[in-house]
Amino acid sequence: MMAWTIYISFLGAAALLFLPEDKPALARVTALAAALAGLALGLGGLIGYEQTASAGALVDIVKCNWVPDLGIHYHLAADGISITLVLLTGIAAVAGVLFSWNIDMRAKEFFALYLALIGGVYGVFLSFDLFQLFVFYEMAIIPKYFLIAIWGSTRREYGAMKLALYSFGGSALVLIGLIAAYIVSGLHTFELVDLAKFPFPPAFQNWAFLLVFIGFAVLAGLWPFHTWAPTGHVAAPTGASMLLAGVVMKLGAYGALRVAMTLFPIGLHTWRNEIALLAVIGIVYGALVALVQRDFKFVIGYSSVSHMGFVLLGMMTLTQIGLSGAVLQMFSHGIIAGLLFAVVGRMIYDRTHTRDLEELQPLNLHKTAFFTCLVFVVGGAASMGLPGFSGFMAELQVLVGAWQAFPLFAILAGAGILVGVAYTLRALLKGFYAADNTKPVVPPLPLPPITLPERAGAVLLITATLVVGLWPKVLLDLIIPAFQSPLMAPIWKGGVS
Amino acid sequence: MSNLPLLTLLTLIPLAGGVLVAFGSGPKLARFLALVTTLLSLAVAVLLWATFDTTGIGMQFVERHAWAPSLGIEYHLGIDGLGLLMVMLTAIVIPFALAAPGKEQQNPKLYFSLILLLEAGLFGTFTALNFVHWFIFWELSLIPAFFLIKVWGGSQRTRAAYQFFVYTMVGSVTMLLAFLAIYAATGSFDFAQLADMARSGKLSSALFSSVGGTLFKTENGLITAVFFGVFLGFAVKVPLIPFHTWLPSAYAEAPTGTSMILTGVMSKMGVYGFLRILLPIFPAQVRALQTPLLWLAVITIVFSAAAAFAQKDLKRVVAYSSINHLGYCLLGMFAAVQLTDATAAWTNEKAAALNGVMLQMFNHGLTASALFYFVGLLEDRGGCRGLNDFGGLRKVAPVFCGLMGITVFASVGLPGLNGFVGEFLIFKGTFALAPWSAAISVLGLLFTAIFFLTLLQRVFSGPLPARWISWQDMTLAQRLTVVPVIALIFVLGIYPRLLIDVVNPTVLQMVKQF
Repeated sequence: MMAWTIYISFLGAAALLFLPEDKPALARVTALAAALAGLALGLGGLIGYEQTASAGALVDIVKCNWVPDLGIHYHLAADGISITLVLLTGIAAVAGVLFSWNIDMRAKEFFALYLALIGGVYGVFLSFDLFQLFVFYEMAIIPKYFLIAIWGSTRREYGAMKLALYSFGGSALVLIGLIAAYIVSGLHTFELVDLAKFPFPPAFQNWAFLLVFIGFAVLAGLWPFHTWAPTGHVAAPTGASMLLAGVVMKLGAYGALRVAMTLFPIGLHTWRNEIALLAVIGIVYGALVALVQRDFKFVIGYSSVSHMGFVLLGMMTLTQIGLSGAVLQMFSHGIIAGLLFAVVGRMIYDRTHTRDLEELQPLNLHKTAFFTCLVFVVGGAASMGLPGFSGFMAELQVLVGAWQAFPLFAILAGAGILVGVAYTLRALLKGFYAADNTKPVVPPLPLPPITLPERAGAVLLITATLVVGLWPKVLLDLIIPAFQSPLMAPIWKGGVS
Repeated sequence: MSNLPLLTLLTLIPLAGGVLVAFGSGPKLARFLALVTTLLSLAVAVLLWATFDTTGIGMQFVERHAWAPSLGIEYHLGIDGLGLLMVMLTAIVIPFALAAPGKEQQNPKLYFSLILLLEAGLFGTFTALNFVHWFIFWELSLIPAFFLIKVWGGSQRTRAAYQFFVYTMVGSVTMLLAFLAIYAATGSFDFAQLADMARSGKLSSALFSSVGGTLFKTENGLITAVFFGVFLGFAVKVPLIPFHTWLPSAYAEAPTGTSMILTGVMSKMGVYGFLRILLPIFPAQVRALQTPLLWLAVITIVFSAAAAFAQKDLKRVVAYSSINHLGYCLLGMFAAVQLTDATAAWTNEKAAALNGVMLQMFNHGLTASALFYFVGLLEDRGGCRGLNDFGGLRKVAPVFCGLMGITVFASVGLPGLNGFVGEFLIFKGTFALAPWSAAISVLGLLFTAIFFLTLLQRVFSGPLPARWISWQDMTLAQRLTVVPVIALIFVLGIYPRLLIDVVNPTVLQMVKQF
């Protein structure tokens, strides 16, 4: 059933192309229907998986030959990690459509590209043939470029180009590594599960791991390859920012975890300290840079770099709790970053036409846009890692793992959390509250009211982060057993399956 | 004992009330609904008090359910004498604070729902027994407090709110890191279980074998670092000097009702944390650092009393006096960990000190919130709150003068009023256990008497300035608001057994464990 998440997205994208040009409303509804169907299928898949599959099992959905001569299959499968991320994609897709409701310019093309991106993302999360995974991965990059270049704002051509070049650069590295693995193994297959069983020679692993991991991690915002992320996020239209931070960065982290780490465990052990260091630098550096931004969207953009650092740090701990924290953080950050980008890009920028915190401050938005302020408070609280929200449950696990693996990094990551508190608070105070004792210079603008789709999207995302924050068991029961599978367990059990 | 999950109910009532006030009521109805909600919580608290078994040892009204088993997170609630005392204090102070004069006319729905949210956070903090469960409420209480200061505060409110939030978060994050290290080593977030491990020495060795090594050379170094992480969280909250700098501006800038809650209840979160979490889990570390900790307590007592003396703003006077009074709690607590023979005489002294600490927590909560209430009335009527802005009010407002006078004397520690008993017991215990620190701390008592009497003199005596001639005495509603609190001040001063009976079993249990 979950395979249909992919097909329905691409079908939706194709259907949109046949719609009349002058009916943006129809395009929106079609996109929403496709996104909702994807979410429903994801949820259905989750329930089905929990009822039928034994805990942690990798369940095949489709497996057939594609290019038999090269050992390429069309192989869709799912375990708890995939399902968690499919669910995230569904939620982020629906919310993104809701927050793109005001797109009038070339609406059907926008939503067609949007759905194509979603379809590619679903495809990556469900692919267990590496060639196929790579195809979906590339399919997700191209729509991103157009979404930003056509519908974006601030320096959109630059942002779009930078993002595309970084992505392609990363995927080139990945491709080299994958082909090398294919050749070296001599197994004549791109099946992940089979390749992961092959004991690649250590010397090979040491460089192949680095290529594949870094190639994927570029997209996850690994410092110092993160610079595409803030500019890309800022340039993108709201719906695309939400997807970019919400799911596209997860593609990178997912690929690094699912492919690089399972294929090359020895290489992983060789480089884990260095990569963990980069992750921690990302956490602290991203937070510090966010602290001094004037553009509200850049604050959120850099906070994404910081939060993705937790994902990478959790993966490098190679402890079960750290790894499950990393996956939960992928989910959590997808939701929370989506929410924050929605507030800044849609609820504020589309109404005030500025994102400059200095210009926003005199507007005293908490009076004129109370709902927006409320949503930002909730999103900000979630983002700074207050307990009760999903981010806390995720970072808690990552930090426990870090204590076991790299105690010093746990402390540094803690310092990053504190800076996170400071920049979130600063953004809140500057973005919504006029300074004390100064009369608001501008008379309160009559801002257009918050629309129903915006409310619905905000409620959806807030509910998701709260549910997972207060009842982490829903996802942990999927994620933790998944790390016991023969494919994933060698990562943290030190090569013993 | 009934089967109703009373403690869950206790936390849920204000939470539900907060949502109701925010979304389901008009601005006029908000205060009334909030009052009803808090009184309902008070009723539950009274029910708990009435059914609490004062002969029982250990936690009562326990509720325990699996929450996130893979992370050692449980839904675990329970109260002993200490918890009950704090629940009661919260339940009394919050409705009192709702009646405070203030600027909540601007957006009353939001104001009252935030207060109720804060109450839920406090109840949760005082009843949760699993770190993560507890931490949710500990942090939850921060957000409403931040906005109460930020939105309804005085002219320096943004800075005050920011400082309050960030300082507290620094402590919270170090505490979180410390507990995560503990979890990484032991796989447990349960306070009682961790305390058991600490007593058997397993905690320290487990920490060292799973976390230590790379960062610390010795087992002791590591657990001391972890101890400091937790310590900072509570020391900022109480606060202990030198971690107090956020407090005076936060208390002074907050609207009156919020100041009452901040000083009355939120400052007790820190002391409660010391008693429930820090001392049981790190007894050896507290003992090893006892001398410097006692010094900090002594400095807190003396310095804050001296600082209160120098303030010109009435709210700041009360704020510093608050630090001073909580300093006695810390003094008694740190003295009680003194290593002594296990003879009855020493046990008695420790029990006296700890009983004193708990009484002081409760009594200070009542008295200090009442003091802020009176200062709030002054500010509301006069539009100013400088020490020298008033004078001679005794002539035009005798009732106000009398009632505030009683509260001030309770705060000074006049025998017969509630403040005396706690401080007496703390000093009784501390003089035996750590004589030098008790001796120096007496200076604090002296300063307190001086600045409080100065306050009374400046506000109520002397010539009445012309602009205050038409000053109105307290209205009937205001009198009715404070009378129950004043009555409690007398009752607890004359018959302290009401409290001691509840906390003594808990204290004896604690003494056994040190």
